[in-house]
Amino acid sequence: MAKLIMSLDNAVIRELPLDKERVTIGRKAHNDIQIDNLAVSGEHALIVTILKDSFLEDLGSTNGTLVNGNPIKKHILQNNDVVEIGKYKLKYESESPGGQSSVADFEKTMVLRAPMGGKPPEAPGSSGDTQVRPAAPAAPKSPPPTPAPTAAPAKSTDKIAAIQILSGPSAGKELELVKNLTTLGKPGVQVAVITRRPHGYFITHVEGATLPVVNGKSLDAQAHQLNDHDVVELAGVKMEFFFKNN
Amino acid sequence: MTVTTNLGTVLEVVTATDTGMVRSHNEDSIAADAQIGLAVLADGMGGYNAGEVASGIAVAMLTTEMKQALEHGEPHEIKGVSGEPTAVALIRETSAKANAAIFQTAKSQPQYAGMGTTLVVALFYDNRMTVGHIGDSRLYRLRSETFEQVTRDHSLLQDQIDSGLISKEQARFSQNKNLVTRAVGIDPEVETEIHTYDVSPGDIYLLCSDGLSDMVVDDDIQATLVTLQSNLQLAAKQLVQQANDNGGRDNVSVILVRVLADFAVPTGWFARFKAWFR
Repeated sequence: MAKLIMSLDNAVIRELPLDKERVTIGRKAHNDIQIDNLAVSGEHALIVTILKDSFLEDLGSTNGTLVNGNPIKKHILQNNDVVEIGKYKLKYESESPGGQSSVADFEKTMVLRAPMGGKPPEAPGSSGDTQVRPAAPAAPKSPPPTPAPTAAPAKSTDKIAAIQILSGPSAGKELELVKNLTTLGKPGVQVAVITRRPHGYFITHVEGATLPVVNGKSLDAQAHQLNDHDVVELAGVKMEFFFKNN
Repeated sequence: MTVTTNLGTVLEVVTATDTGMVRSHNEDSIAADAQIGLAVLADGMGGYNAGEVASGIAVAMLTTEMKQALEHGEPHEIKGVSGEPTAVALIRETSAKANAAIFQTAKSQPQYAGMGTTLVVALFYDNRMTVGHIGDSRLYRLRSETFEQVTRDHSLLQDQIDSGLISKEQARFSQNKNLVTRAVGIDPEVETEIHTYDVSPGDIYLLCSDGLSDMVVDDDIQATLVTLQSNLQLAAKQLVQQANDNGGRDNVSVILVRVLADFAVPTGWFARFKAWFR
């Protein structure tokens, strides 16, 4: 199960498992996590756990709640997030992977069975009697490995490239290729796209009767990896592809 | 005597499916038929290869049943007292049949117990599109650079977003992803969510499994479709590639449909008379 590691001035004080759906944090004695410190409000913050997600919420405390240095009102906790309340640091660790889990289990779609009536699970406050049933009972029900945030885009190649126009009215102009996709050429006449991928930049023909020419050779319809100082010719314009030094 | 419409010249349809970088086999199933204006996508779930079986049954049944039904009736015709077009009733009935078929198969064979699938099906006719869906496979629309998710997921995460518990941005970090609240084949009956929308020439529709939407953010999907809209084949390939470049943790499938021209059903006796000679 997920837990918080509480420390003060870099000394670990204790470990707090998030074993309840609602875990309250504050100075008053009734809190699940009591922090006896004047910089902490009586009812400072709340952590609500639904299945594998834990949500941190500041309860209007005087000094606020920080996550990784940023003040928050509501925040979905990620592995290794550091919550600051008063001078105390609480590091969040999500569920660790079980022995049987495999990467392949992650991202598997599963069916959530609501309690009778087929109603979807209610917001926190209700008793957590929903159960998760994997679609095939035979599959081992073990938590998947802690994922990296899936929102992170592909780690594109660290080097940034650019193209410099060599001929025509825009000669001398430079275009940095920072986006995932950059189109070049004349729509309706000849268009190619340069894709930025983790392992490099690739040029692909998009539309037009003639294919792009790289270093004097006509490409085929497949993507072609671009190398430093390749010269591309497109819609009558010559341009040079090169990597910029960081 | 019915005039069987052929939308082959009005709709451009492109499909792509990929096992991804992590899974050992592909449990997504897809099918599309531009002539009858049909696109179907299903993302199967279940142990071993049961997911493949479930999504396969769903897509096969929908395609066969709908093709057959459309030979005897037009999707825009209003039949019976409900006042809804045949397309709506057709999607409802064929989804129910698929649900029954998968449910029965799962009951009769232990290795398929509990298997199910998501489903998203779109039928184009008379300048309209009727969409039915169950689960978290999606349909998006790109209309002059505005990109919108048309279907609303039947998932725990979506319920949480709807109830204000979590914002859409924060939802990307949820570990409760991929928990669907509705699926085909796991209950004796299931309700398909069905809506009808007007379509315009130039619209591009994207049907996809969560293997795409979980790996690639909406903004990037939009950028790809806008940039590569003159070459749908390349756009489809690029979407799959992006999903894989970002990790490819699930099977990824996409169907792209572009509306090329008006396809309103001719009404009035002269228009129908003219249609005979098309």
